[in-house]
Amino acid sequence: MYKIFLTFILSILILQYASATTADEAGSLIPPADFQAFDTPNDNAKSVSLRWPSSPSESAAAEYVVYASLRKNTPFITEVLRINSKTMYEEGSDSNFHYVEIKPGKFFNKDSDVTGGRSSYFFKLVMMSNSENVTVNEIASATPKGNWFNWKKLNNFIILITFSALVFWFIEHAKKNPNLYLRKISGLDAIDDALGRATEMGKPVLYVHGLNGMGSISTIAAVNILGRIAIRVAEYDTTLKVSNIDPIVMSVSQEVVKESYLEAGRPDAYVQDNVFMAASEQFPYVAAVSGIMIREKTAANFFMGYFYAESLILAETGASTGAIQIAATDSYTQLPFFITTCDYTLIGEELYAASAYLSREPLLLGSLRAQDIAKGIIISALVIGAALATVGIGFISFLFKAS
Amino acid sequence: MERLLRIDRRIIFAFVAAAVTIPLLIKFDLPVPATKEVRGIYDKIDSLPEGSHVLIAFDYDPASKEELQPMAVALLHHCFKNNIKVVGMTLNPGGTGLADSAITEVGKEYGREYKEDYVFLGYKTGVELVMINMGENIYSAFPKDFSGNATADLPVLKGVQSLQDFDFVVDLASGSSIEAWIAFGKEKYNFDLGAGCTAVIGPDMYPFLQSKQIDGLMSGLKGAAEYETLIERKSSAVAGMSPQSVVHVLVVLFVIFGNFLYFMTGRKK
Amino acid sequence: MNFFKRTIPLIIAFIMGIMMAFQYYVPHEASQSLLKVVTRWGITIAGFAVFIGAYSLFHLHWNKIKRKVPGWGYSTFVFFGAGITIIFGLYNGGEFFLHDKQEGTMFDWMYFNVQVPAGATMFSILAFFMASAAYRTFRARTSEATILLIAAVIVMLGRVPVGALIWEYLPPIADWIMSVPNMAAKRGILIGVSIGAIATSLRIIFGIERAYLGGGD
Repeated sequence: MYKIFLTFILSILILQYASATTADEAGSLIPPADFQAFDTPNDNAKSVSLRWPSSPSESAAAEYVVYASLRKNTPFITEVLRINSKTMYEEGSDSNFHYVEIKPGKFFNKDSDVTGGRSSYFFKLVMMSNSENVTVNEIASATPKGNWFNWKKLNNFIILITFSALVFWFIEHAKKNPNLYLRKISGLDAIDDALGRATEMGKPVLYVHGLNGMGSISTIAAVNILGRIAIRVAEYDTTLKVSNIDPIVMSVSQEVVKESYLEAGRPDAYVQDNVFMAASEQFPYVAAVSGIMIREKTAANFFMGYFYAESLILAETGASTGAIQIAATDSYTQLPFFITTCDYTLIGEELYAASAYLSREPLLLGSLRAQDIAKGIIISALVIGAALATVGIGFISFLFKAS
Repeated sequence: MERLLRIDRRIIFAFVAAAVTIPLLIKFDLPVPATKEVRGIYDKIDSLPEGSHVLIAFDYDPASKEELQPMAVALLHHCFKNNIKVVGMTLNPGGTGLADSAITEVGKEYGREYKEDYVFLGYKTGVELVMINMGENIYSAFPKDFSGNATADLPVLKGVQSLQDFDFVVDLASGSSIEAWIAFGKEKYNFDLGAGCTAVIGPDMYPFLQSKQIDGLMSGLKGAAEYETLIERKSSAVAGMSPQSVVHVLVVLFVIFGNFLYFMTGRKK
Repeated sequence: MNFFKRTIPLIIAFIMGIMMAFQYYVPHEASQSLLKVVTRWGITIAGFAVFIGAYSLFHLHWNKIKRKVPGWGYSTFVFFGAGITIIFGLYNGGEFFLHDKQEGTMFDWMYFNVQVPAGATMFSILAFFMASAAYRTFRARTSEATILLIAAVIVMLGRVPVGALIWEYLPPIADWIMSVPNMAAKRGILIGVSIGAIATSLRIIFGIERAYLGGGD
């Protein structure tokens, strides 16, 4: 009897303890110990960052909710964030801190409560579950400010300054030592042969611009080459036809060709209608240029610039007329088509090097040498960085990390 | 054999024409398993909750319609089926008609309302400049939609101020607009980007896939066919796989035959 | 005259080039506002450039018709095509250009039944030219060309459904070729082209490269 009574009393005590423990587990949200708000660095004053340490009571059933207000003492009713408590951890904090960027301007009228020209925002963090809400005691506040430099892009900026310095140094070096070595580019050496052939046959030379506008580096490079070709064409008294797809490129080409004819002492030979806009769309352009090639039986075709799918149609049509063809493009996907159908092809940056190659001006040669040095530095960084990264040293990768 | 090497190209054209036409007449199905590149776009759209906003840039012209329009239609089917709000625009003037017809026809099929569930903003000149403008304020870039409605009043654009507010952006491009979207859109305004392109510029996009600058890539008609298979709605892209396969085999046979003749004539000499 | 043709454009190129280069690193609202203003000017200028192109096109073909040069008949189609497109575009299904664009007009009909098929037809010529170029020029002349040919055959077959039917490993090998050697080559060219583009841009900003101004120094 005594034993039964003792068992009964012990059971009641154990049950009470168990239910108390269960009650603790169910209602035991522990709010984070701290809550900070600050201006998001490297931004344009539209964002505020919120940061708080992880709570030991985080679970899939709990959420963090942030309310905002324009004044510290008014009710916090505007919800600006609601996330699951096990998400949005700060990078590198090993899940010990949460970090979120929010744009308060999306929730508040810009003109209300301006403090010194800029709105301050107040934030309250609440941890919620189905049965309980707990609020962090501190009200955090921040004033978003625009930053004058994006420090995440510092590596990019340093590379830009270094490379620019390299370009200018080598330009100065080239002025003192103008005989810089340039490897042979067969396509550019063949220009004279192509023009000579056209002159002998009495047929026109066709210069085809790529599809990009004047803002594209390849178009600027192509215009450079056009200038040199136009001088030769003027000297040989051959007809030069320049087709364009962009009106601004056409205007620039007209000026370039006119100046070239003037420089060659043949301003009378310049015909403005020979530098024309063939069409404004890709495939009408192809149809127009193909028609010119077949009707006028051009002796030499130059494809210079950035091309798309039309490259093969142009080059095949030109090949079928028996013209000598020289192509120069930085369009990676069209290179195989030009290589198979043209007599000479300038690949990628050989197009950009053309102006330096043809003119041999020290200013241009110097920048070409700087390009090569920069490429050498990048290749070294790639090889060394890959080797280091393989053994777990990510220093070089970190240096070149994009923001 | 020398004559065969210098054969009239029109005979080759005739073979290609037959290789395209005959499979279309004698229909046969080929399996089109989805690659992980195409899955990237599919999984992303599938993961979006109802009411999310997806921007589709129809940056192609009629010449690329055969490859890109099936992609656009498949994407639209997927979005409308999942109750996702679709905002369309184009940076290619030739593409407005195609984009408008695709978005309207597919929207109607699912009973979606223009202005409520989808909108077509139309065309704006400037490519990169338009992207930067949209990145700052979409209403300043497109004050009116293609039909002339003020964009600020459109229910479908509620909650969207700029490119950053889109849950996913897909660029269907026949030119270099994908690179522009990466450089002037995603890099500056940080949104998820997917791409669809013609098969010719597909290889150009692989570095961006690997560096995760685009979440997925549909390349050419096969990419469109894979997407149609994923959404279980086989249409023109899947139907195009049989002639495409036959032509590819034919070109390979031409290459092998041409090299065979080349070596044979070489040995004879 | 040289001051307006040379000096002022060079000063504009220098100031705008430096400003927009540094704008990339400055997140401040002032920098973003500058970007917005510059982009709006860019869009406006690009829009006006359309008129220059249209003038050149019409002027060239008008001269061909006037002088009755061989093939002048084709030039009449330029005016015919442009003319009816403009007329129907402005007519706008009876609503004229003062109202928003109407659906199902003659303009739409011409777009879907003339422009779309014509553009698609031109693009489809590629398939024929590709086959012709492959037969004529893809030769295994050297060992490198042979490797290239083999890779091309694998990729051509591996990228279509029939490849998996021919050999189950064709598609994964084709994917590997696209993802590894192809991407390595693409990256190499991209790095070189990007460095070249930066150097060319620096030359333009600092006035070393002046060809875009219209020849001469």
